[in-house]
Amino acid sequence: MSDDELIWRIAGGSGDGIASTSQNFAKALMRSGLHVFTHRHYPSRIRGGHTYVEVRASADPVKSRGDGYNFLLALGDSFARNPQEEAYYGNEEAKPLAENLDELREGGVIVYDSGLLDPSEVPNFDERVEENDWHVYDIDLRSLAREQGREVMRNTAGVGVTCAITGIPLSAIEELMRDAMPEKILEPNLEILQTGYDIVNEEYDVDAPDISVPTGEHDEEQLLMSGSDAIAYGAIDEGCRFIAGYPMTPWTEVFTIMSQNLPELGGISEQVEDEIAAAALAIGASHMGVKAMSGSSGGGFALMGEPLGLAEMTETPLVLIEAMRAGPSTGMPTKPEQADLEHVLYTSQGDSQRVVLAPGTVAEAYEASRRAFQLAYEYQIPTMLLYDQKLSGELTNVPASHFDREPNGDIGMTLTEDELADQPHTGDGKFHRFQHEGENGVSPRSVPGQKGGRFLATGNEHNPAGHIDEDPDNRVAQMNRRQRKLDAIRADLDDDGLLVEHGPENAEYGILTFGSQQGTVEEAVDRLNEDGTSVKVLTVSELAPYPVKAVRTFLDSVEEALVVEMNASAQFRGLTQKELGTHGEKLSSLLKYNGNPFEPAEIVEGFSTKIVDDGELPGNETKFVPAAGD
Amino acid sequence: MSAFSAIGEEREVDRDEYTPEIEPQPTWCPGCGDFGVLKSLKGALPEVGRTPEETLLVTGIGCSGKLNSYLDSYGFHTIHGRSLPVARAAKLANPDVEVIAAGGDGDGYGIGGNHFMHTARENHDMTYIVFNNEIFGLTKGQTSPTSPKGHKSKTQPHGSAKTPIRPLSMSLTSGASFVARTAAVNPNQAQRILKEAMEHDGFAHIDFLTQCPTWNKDAKQYVPYTDINESDDYDFDPTNRAEAQELMRETEDKLYEGEVLTGVYYRDDDRPSYQQEKQEIGEMPDEPLAERYFDDDYEWERSYDRFIDKHK
Repeated sequence: MSDDELIWRIAGGSGDGIASTSQNFAKALMRSGLHVFTHRHYPSRIRGGHTYVEVRASADPVKSRGDGYNFLLALGDSFARNPQEEAYYGNEEAKPLAENLDELREGGVIVYDSGLLDPSEVPNFDERVEENDWHVYDIDLRSLAREQGREVMRNTAGVGVTCAITGIPLSAIEELMRDAMPEKILEPNLEILQTGYDIVNEEYDVDAPDISVPTGEHDEEQLLMSGSDAIAYGAIDEGCRFIAGYPMTPWTEVFTIMSQNLPELGGISEQVEDEIAAAALAIGASHMGVKAMSGSSGGGFALMGEPLGLAEMTETPLVLIEAMRAGPSTGMPTKPEQADLEHVLYTSQGDSQRVVLAPGTVAEAYEASRRAFQLAYEYQIPTMLLYDQKLSGELTNVPASHFDREPNGDIGMTLTEDELADQPHTGDGKFHRFQHEGENGVSPRSVPGQKGGRFLATGNEHNPAGHIDEDPDNRVAQMNRRQRKLDAIRADLDDDGLLVEHGPENAEYGILTFGSQQGTVEEAVDRLNEDGTSVKVLTVSELAPYPVKAVRTFLDSVEEALVVEMNASAQFRGLTQKELGTHGEKLSSLLKYNGNPFEPAEIVEGFSTKIVDDGELPGNETKFVPAAGD
Repeated sequence: MSAFSAIGEEREVDRDEYTPEIEPQPTWCPGCGDFGVLKSLKGALPEVGRTPEETLLVTGIGCSGKLNSYLDSYGFHTIHGRSLPVARAAKLANPDVEVIAAGGDGDGYGIGGNHFMHTARENHDMTYIVFNNEIFGLTKGQTSPTSPKGHKSKTQPHGSAKTPIRPLSMSLTSGASFVARTAAVNPNQAQRILKEAMEHDGFAHIDFLTQCPTWNKDAKQYVPYTDINESDDYDFDPTNRAEAQELMRETEDKLYEGEVLTGVYYRDDDRPSYQQEKQEIGEMPDEPLAERYFDDDYEWERSYDRFIDKHK
């Protein structure tokens, strides 16, 4: 057990207040000067079903979930579907205790609510406690909460108990509760927090476990943010004032943040009948000159395929975000996966003319969201932001200064009426909106209502004034111009140089990954290097147009590389091989698609056994796929 | 000052301004009802004083979608069934622009039926023209949602087993605040109804009977027709929902019996448009959103100033 970090897991049933309690706990630790990172696991149910959130806290920066955890607060599932042990779904009531033991580290702490949980229902509980040197605190949190009038407050009692065992001063939690809770429930919560704290101190040995909260200090003010917060704020800072959508987990988080904030910013949010309409509305608003977005998760995004193609053909600026979850079909709605990569790259008929960005961290999510709007409007091209359930909901501390930026309402290559007057027109005054030439492939646009700007936008191939035209020369000229944008965008992104490489520059081995796996892989790379394996990682956060040069340079510099991604068919590796046309013999894959994100140790283990030692992977959580031809 | 000087311009508008030099002659088949829509629209737009550059015509796919090519204005020829969501957002983004959506019966009542229902329900301030020829024309004569029961086509070799959709009743039930039917053979009535529809503050749906002489030969030319607002045979108040509902049903049945009834069936001038509803609850700015992006002095709000505190 590592004593330089606390990984606190609060487990209960959906609807038991696990998410809000853990968020407050994480924030209290952040305020105390620690770096925090959360990982949440929940079922797709309204009430009941085993759920947990992990809060990892350390004096040093943390950018991933850890390997297992060292403190369990098991609250019991008060909405359990069926308490019968022989039921198909098992004894749900006991799951918050039973389901979490496998990952609890040796010497760890278990606090369980004896008012709801009976350890005799957990197979071999006592033996396992003995074997693993776990420290168990059975406390009737439910009764404590009942005495204070509200059973749901057993969360707070549990936090009080946690503080007593780990030595967190209650004042840190109290301060946060005062900020977050309405008057009516504040007092009883403060009381129960104290009660939980006192009971443990009076009746139990709190010094037994070798576990305490580290102390740390931040150089500057920190914010606790999720990927969804960061994406929404990036959009707002780019002047996005129109969003249309339809609810779907996990994209709903961004949609909700935008919908709650746009009205007071004088913007418009529309919840509409389906995702076809949602994307079409964003196109309609953007066509009028407004910065607009839509988005969904895999299934909803499937419906957006045709409007997306319309935006490509009419060169309407558009930002669509896609929050991946495990598929196919309804799949596992609340579990992360990175299997929509090909879906987002290629959906819609015809040649793809789009940009796809995939931020790796919460801080990057803000940047990528802003970049998506800039590229979409500057180049009049749909830009996708691809992320997943993991990045969407994980909370981590980000320096406040990261968000202290200038806003940008610029709508790119859009002309004013004065500028329009100098542009080419047909004899009767129709504006040449789609000229064959155009710097970087961009032909400037007008907006309805402008004098001298009228043109026809159409999903058909069209001539400079926008009229349907199937002349082969015109077709090739228009197609080539639209494709030219991608080269210009690639050059811009190369200049930005935002791809993140981590590890020793002259490393022997490499790891390639994309999107939300970044932090976990980087932690694994650090550990591998500490253990004497020379390895570095490149996280590819730009997927279309693909950064061929950067990836080629990276792969040239290493003997062999492992491609890490959360899907079953190695989509990112396939994309890399297609784009490079070389290096296939150097690339093997480590995949995970069981609904849980990688732990750093799984990558360390996969890398060591397959790349360094050429052995067999233990267990079935991850899967290794050798290089093509191997 | 508005960045859109075409909007609200006070001047005489000539119907010829709507004829594009690029495609002055439509390529619809001779005798096609679509000519009637184009003609009446070119007549109605100057009457309501709207110029080509303050008008956005949004179409779907089909013969009807070609309307954009033959009417010179700002145009958006979208995809099959999706004219309404594009048009709706355009209107929200800049309510000062005159927004007209158009498409065929397959486009509006079939593939885009969901959008039709919801756009009517929300009562967006726009005019929606459905070219109803009871057939799929551009794809060469397949059975459409308004084809009569028993209609034989290459895709329905034994005759359609389906009862046709009831476009007027559906519109009323969904919430449209102006519902009319007109016919291409009656351009004067069509022009009058189009003008009323554009002047109406809310969702105005016009089921426009457009005969298809190529693929629906045995179908009628929609003559003779009766104007229910003028005929002495119909004592009827279009502001009365119950009366409208009854007459719509009769009209829909009679079409398939060879009797063509047309006119304004329903109008509710008191119902607020979607824009008004949204502004009422503080979810839409008073100034057109589109203007903001052309205002160099606008001070864009920052998330840092607004939302950061709750993350501390």
